[in-house]
Amino acid sequence: MSTTTTTVTAVSPKLGSKKRLPPEVGILLVLFGISAFFEVLGWFLVDQSFLGNMARLQIIILQVSVIGIIAVGVTQVIITGGIDLSSGSVVAMSGMIAATFAQNSAWPKVIFPALTDLPFLVPLAVGLGVGALAGFINGWLITKTKIPPFIATLGMMVSARGIARWYTDGSPVSGFTESFAMLGNGLDRWMPVVIFLLVAAFFHVMMRYTRFGKFTYAIGANPQAARVSGINIETHLIKVYVIAGLLAGLAAMVAIARIKTAQAGMGLMYELDAIAAAVIGGVSLSGGRGRITGTVIGALILGVMLSGFTFLRVDAYYQDIIKGVIIVVAVVVDMHRQSKRSKKT
Amino acid sequence: MVSALQVDTVSSGNRVPQSGQSEYVLEVVNARKEFPGVVALDDVSLRIRPGTVHALMGENGAGKSTLMKIIAGIYQPDGGEIRLRGEPVTLETPLAAQEAGIAMIHQELLLMNQMTVAENIWIRREPLNKFGLVDHAEMHRMTAELFDRLNIHLDPEAEISELSVANRQMVEIAKAVSFNSDVLIMDEPTSAITEKEVAHLFEIIRDLRAKGIGIVYITHKMNELFEIADEFSVFRDGHYIGTHLSSEVTRDDIIRMMVGREITQMFPKEEVELGDVVMSVKNLTLEGVFHDISFDLRQGEILGFAGLVGSGRSNVAEALFGVTPATSGTIEIEGKPVEIKTSHDAIKLGMAFLTEDRKETGCFLPLDIQENAQVAVIHDDFVSNGFVNESKLVDACIEMCKKLRVKTPNMHECIENLSGGNQQKVLIARWLLTNPKILILDEPTRGIDVGAKAEIHSLITQLAHNGVAVIMISSEMPEVLGMSDRIVVMHEGHATGILDRSEADQVKIMDLAAQ
Repeated sequence: MSTTTTTVTAVSPKLGSKKRLPPEVGILLVLFGISAFFEVLGWFLVDQSFLGNMARLQIIILQVSVIGIIAVGVTQVIITGGIDLSSGSVVAMSGMIAATFAQNSAWPKVIFPALTDLPFLVPLAVGLGVGALAGFINGWLITKTKIPPFIATLGMMVSARGIARWYTDGSPVSGFTESFAMLGNGLDRWMPVVIFLLVAAFFHVMMRYTRFGKFTYAIGANPQAARVSGINIETHLIKVYVIAGLLAGLAAMVAIARIKTAQAGMGLMYELDAIAAAVIGGVSLSGGRGRITGTVIGALILGVMLSGFTFLRVDAYYQDIIKGVIIVVAVVVDMHRQSKRSKKT
Repeated sequence: MVSALQVDTVSSGNRVPQSGQSEYVLEVVNARKEFPGVVALDDVSLRIRPGTVHALMGENGAGKSTLMKIIAGIYQPDGGEIRLRGEPVTLETPLAAQEAGIAMIHQELLLMNQMTVAENIWIRREPLNKFGLVDHAEMHRMTAELFDRLNIHLDPEAEISELSVANRQMVEIAKAVSFNSDVLIMDEPTSAITEKEVAHLFEIIRDLRAKGIGIVYITHKMNELFEIADEFSVFRDGHYIGTHLSSEVTRDDIIRMMVGREITQMFPKEEVELGDVVMSVKNLTLEGVFHDISFDLRQGEILGFAGLVGSGRSNVAEALFGVTPATSGTIEIEGKPVEIKTSHDAIKLGMAFLTEDRKETGCFLPLDIQENAQVAVIHDDFVSNGFVNESKLVDACIEMCKKLRVKTPNMHECIENLSGGNQQKVLIARWLLTNPKILILDEPTRGIDVGAKAEIHSLITQLAHNGVAVIMISSEMPEVLGMSDRIVVMHEGHATGILDRSEADQVKIMDLAAQ
């Protein structure tokens, strides 16, 4: 049939062979730059090394871990073109509920006296379950009632916080079993970091190398196209929100096990830190673009900044002001980079 | 002008349906589909033979796209039956349709722009390695193989957002072909690609036809029908009108079937006494995009811009209108040198600009007709003491929409619900309200039906008659030839020639456009 077919050549063959640098390289350089910045200022202002202090580095990465675990889930939600404002409150809710199953009998203020000294798997399962349920409700509301993710998760944010307070009338829960406390202090105190890195590695592979991950990107990039490609958008979105809720629950377990107490006010504004980590890490709020590795680096940048300003004895008020500026600058730089890229062709 | 259309009938009739259990690969019998307030399809039937190209013709709103969406599992019919190879089927989701052997190329390119070419093609069908993970190397290889087969030269790893619209269309085509389906639906696949790529697409179609695939081909372009289709069905207002072999009919027959009336004059161009030079452009350049564009434009003149997609025609229009100002060169309006840095400058100088992409840069889709029409004139005469004179504004808009015969129950209809032709009329109304001296039209009749097209053509003629200077960019050769007094032909950012109406023909234009 085909004799002399005309061909469509708009892309030069060279373009195909040119390997692009992964987008994380830029963010990684920013991380190094900020660290170096604090190192140099440290010498001059407080006469100490910023990076040469192992204890400080451990605190940075421990602090980052809880937000990081949440951010891995939030990243997936944002890639679908959604948003999850509820993660901070879900941390409090699942933390409070799970904590009441993690108490030891020696503690004077046991909530359920019949349910003490349970194996750590019970509170862990309860915490993950509560988180997943919250995520399921988010996903169900978004897909079945078609309300925007912003509204659905805003509702969950307010209600989950309310449940966390109502559950014990506002009193904190402490006195955990040894085995449960290991979740936050085990492996020579590195347990939160280990959990964070395992979670990040698992979902990195999932996003990059499984159909599940490809569907997540496809839905964020063009829901209509995803639908005609045969993807069941509703089911998939619910799964993504369940993962986000589950990871918020896991973050709550790590957090309460580490500080050995749960209180209804915990996790305040964690959702915004998680979103900030994702956005600094190059995840596009319009969906379809972003990587778990970027989010991990984004979370580290936030942690280094927080620690760095404390190290330089900068007032906490300034820290927040600067943090806000950094988030906006990160997005501006990212948008600029993307528009430059599309103009090239 | 009509003779400029390619009316060749090379490709029909020589194809005998393979004998089997069923003569047809796909049958739609008595299909019905209602939307709130409208019957989109009323008792419609369609039969597709294997190894044929079956064109669907009809004005916008005739029901072609609705019917295709039913076949592709996107809509559910309210009545009737679909049969595949003689067997009745229900196609509840796009996935069910794909699995039943029906693939569709969508009119609005449905691609995931942030993902790569390969990921787009194989989404949901990614090759997996023994760990159940996506095998990217294999996916790359499969894409390269598919592209090889179709003679498409694109990098499988390129991100869709980096490709031109024409190349995105080729990706869509490759994706649809990759399903190896029995039925392939193409919804206006040539609306965004150049003639060279159309030729390429037709090669692919002929190849698929030879393999026994039934191809449903929706188009508004008459010459394509005669070039590629074996048979065709005509729809009008949700009704099935008839099916014929394309070798048995003439262009006029088809138009008569489509509109239910005769359109005697396709291009009602009038000779207008040209007035003074309104706009004089010299050496206009936008570094890296177009270079040294010079022309004069007179009162009452229609100046056509021809050239391939991407030759810089729209960029010149955008520079003239201040959307992306030129980097050098001069523009004089009525003898006075002017600087146009923003669209606001251009509007103040009496210019109006109907953009190429109705949906992206024309309509405010969620807003109603009134709001869409008034947006360019909310200042000037319609505002006093900082307040909008609402009733005067509404009256002016209503009057203009009536004049342009916008078909709508009232001005509060959301513009998204109008047909393409009526949307275009509202956008033209928006600009005519500004009383422009210079009207720039970029693809004024793209994707709209024959009836509305003729109305817009006569409107342009009438405007020119009233002394408006018109710049008209068009990819449709008959339109440029039929409407223009002079034609600027562009190629890769340069004006390769300006042809007078009397000397211009299709061959000369193609010569200059393709060099």
